[in-house]
Amino acid sequence: MAEETKSPVLRKLVETFGDAVVSTHSRFGDDTALVRRERIVEILAFLRDDPDCLFDFAMDLTGVDYLGEEPRFEVVYHLYSLEKKHRVRIKARLHEDDPVIDSAVSVWPGINWYEREACDMYGIVFRGHPNLKRILMYEGFVGHPLRKDYPKAKRQPTVGPEE
Amino acid sequence: MAVENRPAGGPPGGGYALTTLEAMIAWGRKYSIYPFTFATACCGIEVMGGFGTHYDLSRFGAEVVRFSPRQADVLLVAGTINYKMAPVLKRIYDQMLEPKWVIAMGACASSGGFYNNYTVLQGIDKILPVDVYIPGCPPNPEGIIDAVVPIQKIMETGAPRASERWPIKI
Repeated sequence: MAEETKSPVLRKLVETFGDAVVSTHSRFGDDTALVRRERIVEILAFLRDDPDCLFDFAMDLTGVDYLGEEPRFEVVYHLYSLEKKHRVRIKARLHEDDPVIDSAVSVWPGINWYEREACDMYGIVFRGHPNLKRILMYEGFVGHPLRKDYPKAKRQPTVGPEE
Repeated sequence: MAVENRPAGGPPGGGYALTTLEAMIAWGRKYSIYPFTFATACCGIEVMGGFGTHYDLSRFGAEVVRFSPRQADVLLVAGTINYKMAPVLKRIYDQMLEPKWVIAMGACASSGGFYNNYTVLQGIDKILPVDVYIPGCPPNPEGIIDAVVPIQKIMETGAPRASERWPIKI
């Protein structure tokens, strides 16, 4: 995409972080940036504090499993600015053998449970999270159910009749 | 007036009847079912309809719903049970006093229904002995009546309860 059609937020992100921003696009009016996971907290803190960005509301965080691709996992942040009324989507890819990314709880405390959900469903580890344990599934659940290689017919052990 | 219609010398049979203690208890038990409704999904709404005035389950003696398992003798599981809920349901069943009966109401409680996924228990008979299953998604309140009547038959005849045949070995 040509530089002049880029939104001000994406242009500022590329100017500030350079190589840490892998790619950007604004398809259908949705500003999206794929960034390197090593600098994710730095980038998110910048988006929150910069006077042109002011993304004070982390609307959503989710994981994606691109089974068969490498890197396999992706973490997606959807941010909104109540002040500026604009949105941005930040993505970071993670390798299968090391699905670890820094926690954004220090940037927005409200992202706490989203990170726990992504950890529960995809097994993505958020380094520095204050309470990273399962949130929807129970302790003792085996596996991460939204991974594409989780068997559809897999059943969990139940409290059966005592033998 | 009514007194005049009585046959002379009291009722026929001399005013007493012979029966067995078991039959007497079974008769009393049959018309005083205390159900415990474990309603987790839309089946619970149909249970309310079943206890309401239109279908009026109290005609069959099952009107006093007890929300303590210690006071109930029929467990009516109405709705989806997932793996997280399963130990809770098992605990409630264990808290009920013998003799006790279990009704699995609806497709979810009977087999998991259309929730063939990672989180739903595929039928409560994986963890509990079930006496009567009600098909439907959800069943209408007549289905509940149609399950209470066989429970009454089991009580009346002394037929073995599901818990006496549990666990089923195949």
